[in-house]
Amino acid sequence: MTFAQTFDAAATRRCVERAHHARRVDVAAALDTADCSLERFATLLSPAAGDMLEALAARAHALTVERFGRTMALFAPLYLSNECVCTCTYCGFSRGLPIRRKTLRIDEVASEAQALAARGFRNVLLVSSEHPKHVDPAYLARCVAETKRLVPYVALEVAAAREPQYASWAHAGCDGVVLYQETYDPEAYPRYHRGGPKQHYHERLETPERAAAAGIRHLGLGALLGLADWRFEALALVAHARHLYRYGWRTQINISFPRINPAAGNFAPERPVSDAELVQLIAAVRIALPMAGIVLSTREPAVLRDRLIPLGVTQMSAGSSTEPGGYSKPGEAGEQFHLEDTRPREAVVQRLRELGYEPVDKDWEPAISSMIPHAVGA
Amino acid sequence: MTDPLELGGRSFRSRLIVGTGKFASPELMSDALAASGAEMVTVALRRVDLEAPANPITDFIDQSKYLLLPNTSGAATAEEALRLARLARSAGLPPWIKVEVIPDPRYLMPDPVDTLAACETLVAEGFIVLPYIHADPVLAKRLEEVGVAAVMPLAAPIGSGRGLKMETAIAIIIEQATVPVVVDAGLGVPSHAAAAMEMGADAVLVNTAIATAAHPARMAHAFALGVESGRAAYLAGRAAELDEAAASSPLTGFLRGEVP
Repeated sequence: MTFAQTFDAAATRRCVERAHHARRVDVAAALDTADCSLERFATLLSPAAGDMLEALAARAHALTVERFGRTMALFAPLYLSNECVCTCTYCGFSRGLPIRRKTLRIDEVASEAQALAARGFRNVLLVSSEHPKHVDPAYLARCVAETKRLVPYVALEVAAAREPQYASWAHAGCDGVVLYQETYDPEAYPRYHRGGPKQHYHERLETPERAAAAGIRHLGLGALLGLADWRFEALALVAHARHLYRYGWRTQINISFPRINPAAGNFAPERPVSDAELVQLIAAVRIALPMAGIVLSTREPAVLRDRLIPLGVTQMSAGSSTEPGGYSKPGEAGEQFHLEDTRPREAVVQRLRELGYEPVDKDWEPAISSMIPHAVGA
Repeated sequence: MTDPLELGGRSFRSRLIVGTGKFASPELMSDALAASGAEMVTVALRRVDLEAPANPITDFIDQSKYLLLPNTSGAATAEEALRLARLARSAGLPPWIKVEVIPDPRYLMPDPVDTLAACETLVAEGFIVLPYIHADPVLAKRLEEVGVAAVMPLAAPIGSGRGLKMETAIAIIIEQATVPVVVDAGLGVPSHAAAAMEMGADAVLVNTAIATAAHPARMAHAFALGVESGRAAYLAGRAAELDEAAASSPLTGFLRGEVP
């Protein structure tokens, strides 16, 4: 059974509708139970729960400390390419936009990985736009293998793929795959994804379980906030995670809530999400999915990022660049979106310590999953 | 040394083993280790950079005071646990290994089938093997048969702090064991640790309850007291548990001249 077969958008919409009528007592009941059904989860997303943010935040904080302790995993994105055949109205890499295009050669990937490793990163997310010719599966496998020589944990955020491709990347050393649905709203989806392979909503919806079936250990799910009703997105996202808990039980789920920021296309979000709503969303999802990793990128400003840390966040990027080659040779290619938190890595590390969190770089041993014989030892 | 814990050919004064994850800083961890009185601490190999000159965790653990017990956290199969164990030994760590084979990232439940397979190989390779397991009495005996140095059944899911949820099965494991039984995972407060020791557990392992306490070092000390108290009670031999008070005999007391 695939998620595309089980996900009922109309029923999800009705659930959101009902949640608009939730009362304070309903929110209190939802907070007080370990049984967080989707119906109860919707209550936590309600306007009534929006008036009880402190209570939501307190519960989310306690659950996060219990499961993850006072630690924060750090990672950096490494952009491989901004050449793209997809037309996505919100993205700075969208086909036809007048930016400088570039796909890193393998030696340039190594330089970027080296630059990140030298700064202290031990967890790198390789990011690429979608281009069947310049960014093919074999190229991505080589990028993974090259990066893996320099950092112990490597994940991919690239175009949706098929199971054999995910298996080949896992074999090359890929530990995680990030694939956001962007929007779970099947009516909104085609308005934003107007051309290229990414325009197929259902195809994308089924892809994370393919990665799980191929042996990818960590899966990143997410919705791009600003495209559709955030409450709907949150319900769909939690339903998706729970589907994967049944049908891909070996896979660790991480959740991300990227809010749309200005990019080259000057896209203005149709359904902007406020800071208060973002706080409610993070806290509610933590309560619904106590074991999920929650990822926070540098799209959000430093001041807000610091405040979001205790609410349930477990992984942060820091000192990021969203242009290919941006760590070793900045300014040579267009960026995907504009970063808000531009603090260097050391400043983020310092701030985490001040807030009582231990920044964690190495949290993976490549020998665990490596096919490389030398890692097996004597 | 009175009443030492004999494990893997070594003697330990303390029956509290401490984990090193989830602390807010290495300094807090270091203070908590000192306050716990523990002589054995477990470290996730995936957190340690075996090739790096400086390490955020191991640099704060004085190996002349503590036996470093590497664990295979992150391994989802027997094969992966074997790779980690061999890597640790080739990097010069002691040949002790806490085997954690956990394919389920959500509830962190150990895989009994692959745990047994990994332990059998590691024992044959000369490791001192301490497997983390479900509270499964048959699995505990099977592991003894392949030569593990101890068994480490979980009290409740890792990090849950719920206490001795698996009490009945752990009691059976203790009753039948010929190797030390270390109750691991799920102990939330010192009274849980004391209860496990009162049952006859040989030691307990605690991490989350100490690391995420408001004052980790104070909580570590409290756990040390709990373990000590529970052990003392076990050795003292507890009084029988009765369903009701037994101060007098209202029905038959008249035979001894008691007036109801």
